[in-house]
Amino acid sequence: MIKFLSFRLTTSLIALVGVMIIVFFLARLTGSPASLYLPVDATDAMIRAFNQQNGLDQPILVQFVHFVGNVFRLDFGQSLSQQRPASEAVLSAMPQTLLIAAIAMGLTLLLSIPLGTFAALKPNSPLDRAITFFSLVTSSIPEFWFALVCVLVFSVNLGLLPTSGQGSLASWVLPVATLMLHPLGVLTQVVRGAMLETINAGYVQNARARGYSWQRLAFRHALRNASLPIITVAGDRAGGMLNGAVIVSAVFAWPGIGQVLVAAVYNRDFAVIQAGVFVVGIAVILLNILVDLIYAAADPRIRIS
Amino acid sequence: MTITQTLAPARPTLGIRLKSTFSTGRLGLLMHSPLALASALTLFVLVLVATIGAPFAQDVANMQNLRLRFFPPFSLSHGWLYVLGADALGRSMLAQLVVGARTSFIVAGAAVGLATIVGTAIGLVSGFLGGWVDAALMRISDIIVTVPSLLLALAVLFVLEPSVINLVMVLAIGRLPIYLRVSRAQTLELRERVFVEASRAIGASDFSIIWRDIRPLVMPTVLTVAMLELAMVMLAAAGLSFLGVGLQRPDVDWGTIVSEGREYLTRAWWATVFPGMAIVITALAANLLSNWLRASGDPLQATALVAAPSRDEDARK
Repeated sequence: MIKFLSFRLTTSLIALVGVMIIVFFLARLTGSPASLYLPVDATDAMIRAFNQQNGLDQPILVQFVHFVGNVFRLDFGQSLSQQRPASEAVLSAMPQTLLIAAIAMGLTLLLSIPLGTFAALKPNSPLDRAITFFSLVTSSIPEFWFALVCVLVFSVNLGLLPTSGQGSLASWVLPVATLMLHPLGVLTQVVRGAMLETINAGYVQNARARGYSWQRLAFRHALRNASLPIITVAGDRAGGMLNGAVIVSAVFAWPGIGQVLVAAVYNRDFAVIQAGVFVVGIAVILLNILVDLIYAAADPRIRIS
Repeated sequence: MTITQTLAPARPTLGIRLKSTFSTGRLGLLMHSPLALASALTLFVLVLVATIGAPFAQDVANMQNLRLRFFPPFSLSHGWLYVLGADALGRSMLAQLVVGARTSFIVAGAAVGLATIVGTAIGLVSGFLGGWVDAALMRISDIIVTVPSLLLALAVLFVLEPSVINLVMVLAIGRLPIYLRVSRAQTLELRERVFVEASRAIGASDFSIIWRDIRPLVMPTVLTVAMLELAMVMLAAAGLSFLGVGLQRPDVDWGTIVSEGREYLTRAWWATVFPGMAIVITALAANLLSNWLRASGDPLQATALVAAPSRDEDARK
């Protein structure tokens, strides 16, 4: 157990270090913050002073060594655009992201497991065709377009839901629906495929022969054995929700980590970009380990070692 | 569904000829699946329109006519060119969609093609050689997976000029790991087989074993994945253009048109809705086709496609 966890942690941390190196140099390729934060007619002396104050006058490798040293103290430096520590700017956005990701993933699982199961119980029936078609449709709609059309229909024309903000419960509906759109289609397909395989397995047929009800067959016998691919894809998609929600933040002005990161890229706010990628990276690593632990809980044949 | 029904009685000779030609193999199965057939035809027509129609529509698409600003759709009073309405500058929506189709297809096709070739090649080598080469390549793949792909795309396209080539590169790199993992997993299993051992015994080089023995067996799986990816990459490309880092005028794809229309969403819904519909139709056709490809390749489901009643039919009772 400990051995497995430490192996997972080391390989993930190697990946994270690689990511941080790429992000560090990539961010600096976007140009100098001085040209963005100082007035157009700034003198050379002003630019020099700005760079010196923010440590941007040093050679890039020196900056990098400095950055690496600070990361070990969890110090990501000062945000240029927000005038507060970068780690604070990022961490204050995390609860919003985690909350909406958890709600969207929970609802997705709640919907896709029954849908996929009913489709698999009667393969090629009208119900199965309808569910398969529905799931393919949801994964064929561009998220941004779905969000815009929903705003047009529900907010502008019908006036039922607010276009942005997060005050009332109603304002959560459209962002959550947008976030669920693709995972719902993909997961329904995965549930259907996995269930189809287990329902044909000998032990389920055996249980059927003994006269168990289909509910018991599907949800007690088959589902548990079909759970591995479902957990894998759900974990993958949950990671995507942590990372992104960029579309949601772009259309609904949702103040999550996606919004913070995109704004940081446009503002050349290197400290926030680095802190954001680091925090998201850690969250994804933790999520992956959680997924491995759920594997072991769902399938006793998998021994974590 | 309607396509087969109207085609069959109207042109019986063609139908019979097609039947005799395609009665065997997957094409024969395709004939029996109306939805998949309709998707294949839709994609075919769209590609045809994009390749043949786009050069003609190019000039018309850029023609501005301020008197026709926000001209509503479904009216033929200004000719069929404006049947889908006009945008904020009075440009024909229909012509724009045709031009956008070509760019969207080129970007999605090139990105998927590039990712498939490079990813599969790396996966084959990685799986076959194993050892430190494999470990190093897998860590690189981990890094690509961990970097938020949208953020990577934002940063890269922010640095580089938004152009078709850069967009293709960014999308291809982001999708590499899937092909890498699929082909590597299959190679790991295949390299232990007897036929590989036999090739080695007669002195075949590593390269020729990978190329002649393993590649042909890995390709079908990889191509199924690629078909599935086509729709996804098309959506991703449109998303980037929507965020303003994908393509910019004079290069237009469907995502660009949606993001331009967004500013006039309440005034002219058609400038947003139609390009989005084009994306949905294309992605849905690609998804339906790849779903059918997967089902027909899977023995568990392929039988159900031909002979409807299966023994699971009454599992719920």
